Amino acid sequence: MAKAKVTFQDIDLTVSVPVGTRVIELSEKIGSGIIYGCRECDCGTCMMEVTDGWNNLSNPTVLEDKVLKDNMAGRHQRLACQAQILGDCTVKPA
Amino acid sequence: MTGVINPNVRQNKAVQLDDGVYWVGALDPGLRTFDIILSTANGTTYNAYLIEGSEGFAVVDTVKEEYADVFFSKLESVTDYSKIKYIVLNHLEPDHTGALPELLKRAPHAQVCISQRAQTMLKALLKTGLEDLSYTAVKTGDTLSLGDITLSFLNTPFLHWPDTQCTYLIEREILFSGDVFGCHFCDPRLFNDKVGDFRFSFDYYYAHIMRPFKQWVLEALDLIIPLSLKMIAPAHGPILRDRPRRYVTHYRELSTSSLSGKLGDDEKSLIIFYMSSYGNTARMAEAIYAGIDDVEGVRVSLYDLQGGETDPFVDLIEEADALMFGSPTINGDAVKPVWDLLSSLVVVNLKGKLGAAFGSYGWSGEAVGMVEDRMRGLKMRVPTPGLRIKLIPTDEELEDCKLFGREIAGILVGKNQNRGKIIEMAEL
Ligand SMILES: Cc1cc2nc3c(=O)[nH]c(=O)nc-3n(C[C@H](O)[C@H](O)[C@H](O)COP(=O)(O)O)c2cc1C
Ligand SMILES: [Fe+2]
Ligand SMILES: [Fe+2]
Repeated sequence: MAKAKVTFQDIDLTVSVPVGTRVIELSEKIGSGIIYGCRECDCGTCMMEVTDGWNNLSNPTVLEDKVLKDNMAGRHQRLACQAQILGDCTVKPA
Repeated sequence: MTGVINPNVRQNKAVQLDDGVYWVGALDPGLRTFDIILSTANGTTYNAYLIEGSEGFAVVDTVKEEYADVFFSKLESVTDYSKIKYIVLNHLEPDHTGALPELLKRAPHAQVCISQRAQTMLKALLKTGLEDLSYTAVKTGDTLSLGDITLSFLNTPFLHWPDTQCTYLIEREILFSGDVFGCHFCDPRLFNDKVGDFRFSFDYYYAHIMRPFKQWVLEALDLIIPLSLKMIAPAHGPILRDRPRRYVTHYRELSTSSLSGKLGDDEKSLIIFYMSSYGNTARMAEAIYAGIDDVEGVRVSLYDLQGGETDPFVDLIEEADALMFGSPTINGDAVKPVWDLLSSLVVVNLKGKLGAAFGSYGWSGEAVGMVEDRMRGLKMRVPTPGLRIKLIPTDEELEDCKLFGREIAGILVGKNQNRGKIIEMAEL
């Protein structure tokens, strides 16, 4: 199974995960400060900043794009409940 | 007393506030509960405004649907619908947009002006027949001209809806502030220098509506403070024409931390709340407390929830950086005082505060996990799995409690145990 490393900058911890894992599946377990609301791509609460490896996350769906726009997301911001880890990257709470 | 009531208030005529500025709102003296969470001893008002420029009129907000007739009569006492050029909505809540669908039917050419964030909400709000509605989305600094006068917009999100904005009439120095600076207080004398004493209602409204958004209030005030202010015209309650700046100052006071200056600059506040029937969870709490006290930079407090009402704790919690809740498991649940406290926190913002749970249990021990879920639901971060101890804690277990306290305190002051560590997802 292909693996990728995701680093949570706020707690300085890196996790090796199977490719395709969503950030939401681990960020709370390890205590990163990314906060969730609806958990289903509606509220925009789980906005995170991708500080490195921006291209190593799955592309936002049309719906995620819309929620990002509604919440005035910056260029390198994504929803942690949606983004899947495809390669090495670094994230932190937005 | 009747001498100061402008007869127009009750006679369905507009009340002039200034040159070309009119109140076209409605009184709702019978209202006692608002939005479920608010009570009011004497009703409220829905303040809508009409502004006249050399090139037409602008309407700022409307009223609750039941009061649409009053609103339209007042509008018609000044102008006919063909002259309405703009309809400005400071936020889309139904108490101010209730008459909008009908207004749009009567003034179909009018341009609706809303904040950027309101765009996606507008469609959901106007479900019927207005799919092709055109609107202008404005942001801070945008202006609209009515010929000789100009409206300028201040984006003030989350006060108290995401789409909230304020509208400033530059030439008259009047701020149409929406729910900001508003209160549920109904008095036909309308103006702050004429109505009864509404200080309580003003503070109550702030405490229940604006308080969870203090940070956003401060950002909005940064935009409002530089303005010249002759009058603040909010969407509820008295119109603030006498020394309006007092209310701006008061909002700043209300939004500034009451603890600031009482703790050291680098000191963080951590509060432990617990409840215990046989003293087991209490013993855990005391050991955790002792463990935290060893950590520099953390001011820790310990409260037994049996000892008091929950209300005063809400203030403490708002100011705290970290919260710990201890509950035994009783009949598969955490105990009621803990839930009571955890359910009275709607008026404060807990987002990102550090949380942890602990408790003694007999066999199934659900309480800790349930409290953790609740904390996550309140958007707190819960980095460390809670500590559960079966029945009476041994000395060794009390030592674990100390370590647990120290660990949480360490996270709070940013002592990072991870330091670049790499772990496998499977280990989680
Ligand atoms: C009425 C009652 C109901 C209880 N229900 C549960 C339960 O459902 N699950 C469990 O793990 N423990 C249960 N317990 C055991 C307590 O959680 C245990 O005695 C615990 O040590 C009490 O801690 P305290 O002294 O801090 O109150 C129950 C105890 C009582 C008195
Ligand atoms: Fe409102
Ligand atoms: Fe309102």
